Amino acid sequence: MKFSILNRVLLLASSLLAAYQIAVGIDDLEAVPQVCYTIGFGVLLVSCLLLLILGYEVLDSQVVVVVATSIPLSISLGMVWEYLPAIRVPYLVFALAGFVAVLITRDFAAGRPATLVLVVVHGIAGLVIFILPVYLSLSGRVNPGFILVGIGGGLIGLGGLLLSFLKMGKPVLPHETILNLLPGLLLAMTAAFVAGFNLG
Amino acid sequence: MTLLPTTLQTPRSKLRLYWSMTKSLQTGLLLSTGLAGYISARCPVVHWTTLAGLTASLFLAIAGSTILNMWYDRDIDMKMTRTCSRPLASGQVTPSEALRLGLALAILGVGLAATMSPLYGLVVFAGLFFDVVVYTMWLKRRTCWSIIWGGVAGGMPILAGRALGVGSIDITGFLLSLSVLFWIPTHIMTFSMRNYDDYQAAGIPTFPSTYGFTLTRVALAISSLLAAITIGVAGMLIGMEWGYLRLLVVMSAGLLMLAVASVFRPSERVNFGLFKYASLYMLTSMLMLAMEAL
Repeated sequence: MKFSILNRVLLLASSLLAAYQIAVGIDDLEAVPQVCYTIGFGVLLVSCLLLLILGYEVLDSQVVVVVATSIPLSISLGMVWEYLPAIRVPYLVFALAGFVAVLITRDFAAGRPATLVLVVVHGIAGLVIFILPVYLSLSGRVNPGFILVGIGGGLIGLGGLLLSFLKMGKPVLPHETILNLLPGLLLAMTAAFVAGFNLG
Repeated sequence: MTLLPTTLQTPRSKLRLYWSMTKSLQTGLLLSTGLAGYISARCPVVHWTTLAGLTASLFLAIAGSTILNMWYDRDIDMKMTRTCSRPLASGQVTPSEALRLGLALAILGVGLAATMSPLYGLVVFAGLFFDVVVYTMWLKRRTCWSIIWGGVAGGMPILAGRALGVGSIDITGFLLSLSVLFWIPTHIMTFSMRNYDDYQAAGIPTFPSTYGFTLTRVALAISSLLAAITIGVAGMLIGMEWGYLRLLVVMSAGLLMLAVASVFRPSERVNFGLFKYASLYMLTSMLMLAMEAL
């Protein structure tokens, strides 16, 4: 299956938005959130470029699941570090342990344990990105625009789970539908993140 | 494709053939390095006449040397599947016509460069000399190490642009040139692995045919690392802002990840990905260097 021209344009737009966010969108932050957001948007940028270069074939790699998890993990860690100082260290431990667990279970524990680890790690990170911006916006601690990050979080959770289950051979939607949705989902998610972080 | 005898070609189709002989993408990429080198000097880049002169002279010199290479390598091109339909190899352009065109463009390019600045002209001439004489005519058919000289030639446009901007050859220009030199093997080695049979058929020594695929991939990874380091250091010396450096680090990490993957999980797909990504990496790095200074 090949990318349509529209899907190529969507991927290119996602790459440019992610590049913009890395270059100019996170300048005034502390070191740890800066590193976390750079990793999150960086993985997103390189993934979009590889999708553009190699096409859907790149999704055949086992690395996709790890990549799909590292984006929400790093972005959620950055947000927790910025807005929930009380749980910085526990969440850092969770993020690192979760990443290692996903990495290990890809190679050594296929099947139910791998699925469980993925759902827990991806689910928690996705929920943090979804709920935290909504809570912060509604409570007035940040500008209302920050709620867009939550929408991005919802989309990343959706995209990540769709991809992960597809990779595990248990697709929630038909294979072709997921692949056709992916570029649009990536752009919507990236745009929501970039707008949210800049308006928040 | 129907091939017309050279006497029956219209001026338009002739121009199209000449354009394809310039390898516009490769020429464009090298031209972008030269422009980035010039702009990185933070000279008043709104000197449009200088910028136009730089663009024209570099384009002419690079296109000229590409055509001269094609003229010299026409016998090889005929033996390779990938290149046998090129205008010279397929007989759509005669060798004497190609030689005249290549020389005319090269002389115009170097001449224009020399009138703009003798130092700039000298560096442009050095690039042409290293590419056509040292790389193509002397070493390409003898040793796989010829790519070093191909790399030196490839690093000349950025050095030339920088030299025109600052008026001398400085350490930053040298590092920028070195970064292109280290990047070239990533580009050429992935290409020679991808077209291994073609190069074998033409009898051209390449790294994969001389040292094997595994060692080539290791060399490629080391070369990518060195390219990323040198371009990063050059970026810092230029005074690149932290945001652009961050983006450069991300793009470099992608390059290194693919290079390492090609060593430990080699496949045609990874090789192709690295080949394409390396070109994109160079182009975006040049864009960042330029945007930073603008």
